[in-house]
Amino acid sequence: MTDATANAGALSQLQAHYIQHIQRKRLYSAIMLTIFVLLMVSGFMLADARNAGGFWAGLHQIFDFPGEVLTEAGEKLANLPGLMVKFLPSLIETLNIAGASTLIGAMIAIVLSLLSTRGLARWPRLVGVFRRCMDIMRALPEIVIALVLIFILGGGPVPAMIAIAFHTAGALGKLFSEVNENASLKPVEGLQSVGATWGQRMLLGVLPQVAPNYLSYALLRFEINIRASAILGFVGSGGIGYDLKNAFSWGLGRYDEVAAIFIILFLTIVAVDQGSSYFRNRIVEGR
Amino acid sequence: MAATDISLAQRGHATVQIFQRRRMISFGLLLAVLAYLTYVFFAFNVPGLVERARMDNAAILVRDVYSYKTHVTRDNRTGGLSVAIEGEQKGTYPKGMLPDWVKTADDITDIALPDGHSVRFAPEAVVYAHPSFGQITVIPSRSGIELRLPQGQDLPAWINASKTRVAITTDAGRLTVTKARTEVFRYAFGWELFFFTLDSPFYGKSATELLGLALSGDQLRPGQSNLAAMAQDIWTNKMWRHGDVAWAIFETILMAFLGTMGAALISLPLAFLAAANFAPLSSVRFAMRRIFDFVRGVDGLIWTIILSRAFGPGPMTGALAILITDTGSFGKMFSEALENVDDKQIEGVASTGAKTSQRYRFGVIPQITPVLLSQVLYYLESNTRSATVIGAITGGGIGLLLTQAIITQKDWEEVGYYITLVILMVMAMDSLSGWLRNKLIKGE
Repeated sequence: MTDATANAGALSQLQAHYIQHIQRKRLYSAIMLTIFVLLMVSGFMLADARNAGGFWAGLHQIFDFPGEVLTEAGEKLANLPGLMVKFLPSLIETLNIAGASTLIGAMIAIVLSLLSTRGLARWPRLVGVFRRCMDIMRALPEIVIALVLIFILGGGPVPAMIAIAFHTAGALGKLFSEVNENASLKPVEGLQSVGATWGQRMLLGVLPQVAPNYLSYALLRFEINIRASAILGFVGSGGIGYDLKNAFSWGLGRYDEVAAIFIILFLTIVAVDQGSSYFRNRIVEGR
Repeated sequence: MAATDISLAQRGHATVQIFQRRRMISFGLLLAVLAYLTYVFFAFNVPGLVERARMDNAAILVRDVYSYKTHVTRDNRTGGLSVAIEGEQKGTYPKGMLPDWVKTADDITDIALPDGHSVRFAPEAVVYAHPSFGQITVIPSRSGIELRLPQGQDLPAWINASKTRVAITTDAGRLTVTKARTEVFRYAFGWELFFFTLDSPFYGKSATELLGLALSGDQLRPGQSNLAAMAQDIWTNKMWRHGDVAWAIFETILMAFLGTMGAALISLPLAFLAAANFAPLSSVRFAMRRIFDFVRGVDGLIWTIILSRAFGPGPMTGALAILITDTGSFGKMFSEALENVDDKQIEGVASTGAKTSQRYRFGVIPQITPVLLSQVLYYLESNTRSATVIGAITGGGIGLLLTQAIITQKDWEEVGYYITLVILMVMAMDSLSGWLRNKLIKGE
């Protein structure tokens, strides 16, 4: 009997604790939700106030520009295929910027990632330094490097390529070093026991293990870099973005060109998207 | 015994063949990469670029980032003298205030340059005293500029003289004389006027002096405590515009925050419509998926252009561009997360008699929250960087300030300052999102 009352007492205490716990949790959730909603609403109002045109005023104009472009493109429908062919070289340049910068960036990233993985690093004490380097490379937006390089090198695809490669090296370096951490050290030790140099150990011991993952990340990065190289063209470094900017700032009368560029850019991005996800799936499944 | 030998030899042969094939493949791959890079090398006309590259621009840029120059200018017609940092109006020394290396007496101005160099502006002539070369006299007159070198010296490479203009460039500074004016550049290390501009009462004070002033009661600017006056002077600094820069950084983060969170809020309900195990109709699912693909495929650049037409430049446009692009990405990821949801938990909740909404709330949401949160926080960090880029196009935030400073082609110290701030901002957002991820997903 006394046992039962004691049990009941413990139970009610437990219940009280549980309810208290739940209530506290709910309170926290409610507070966080309130803060979040307040941040969103005030942020929205602030951004609206600092914008040149208001949100509500612009909302019904949102389809005006696409409408204008579509009408003009519709009127000059016959021009579109020709224009698409005309802009093909620029598109290839954009793709080349993305491709070359992904390749160069990935090569730098491989070296950086090997140097900054514990257990593989050439100079174990400098692991932190290389990691910070990659952090900075990753943090720097491409546009900054591109604009500074345009001042020195003049317009053209090379500033964009260097800028994207720089950022890519940082971004891929981090992902690669995460892959490296999961690599087995046994081949490396085996190679070391026969007197292989650091370069040989990495080339023969680590890279064959991690190559599929590297490839998968590099493909994903290629996708991202196509978008980046289109954007950089817009600020003056070659490729399809540059043509888009010219056609766009010309305004009415050349909207058929804008439409043509939109279409080929869209198709390219979708095609690369699909292609790269197909290949990545194949790589992950192991062919 | 013999049979094993043969098979061993065969196996050895086969292994060697595999190795050879692999080696061929890797070698071929390497060759392909090299061939592609060579093609790009010529397609991008890199050899031509090397010729066109303006290394002098690079030198100006680097020098400007870590140093500043003060212009001492005399108008040769009126004789008026002005001293200005970077030659800018807002860096001009007010009347009666001169740096200690400029001395004026009557019509004569003496300018001391580093390493024993000095320049004297006399009414009729300008004298550049070089410690090893000797005194160089330049006489501007109506008929032209006359250059007199010390006896027995030839014209050195660092003097550029013509009938209309004489320029003397040394490590200590630079003197240019034209008919209209005489100008001396004196270089100094650092970012001048970073805290206080020349019109501030706190200009030129050392850190200890400032600390003393902050603690003392007598107010340099009546009606305002010294600390408040200092804060105000720094915030409204006309040279570096700290206030505007802080706003720009805030605007950039605001764009990223509004865009990412807005996209997450919009794409969550849509993702249910696109997930195979929740969508009521497969046609709805198909349509939803195509919409996500379309939104993702139309690049952020195109959305930015379309939106900036409707909303004008500013942070709202940038936020909406991020929002629309990411709605596609989030929709795809969230619907994939929803398809991987474990049905057992939902059945368990359903077995207690829960309504549909409760099943979603207690059976589904807790399962996908970690995936969602980690994706959203990851995007928040990456969008801070995108917001800088989008800001450069739509005209908002730190991206705009940065492009403006780069376009002037002379404010490289400001460019360096903004780049540093951008890196710090992105790194701070990176750590914040990592911290929040740990806090929210792995428990308080």
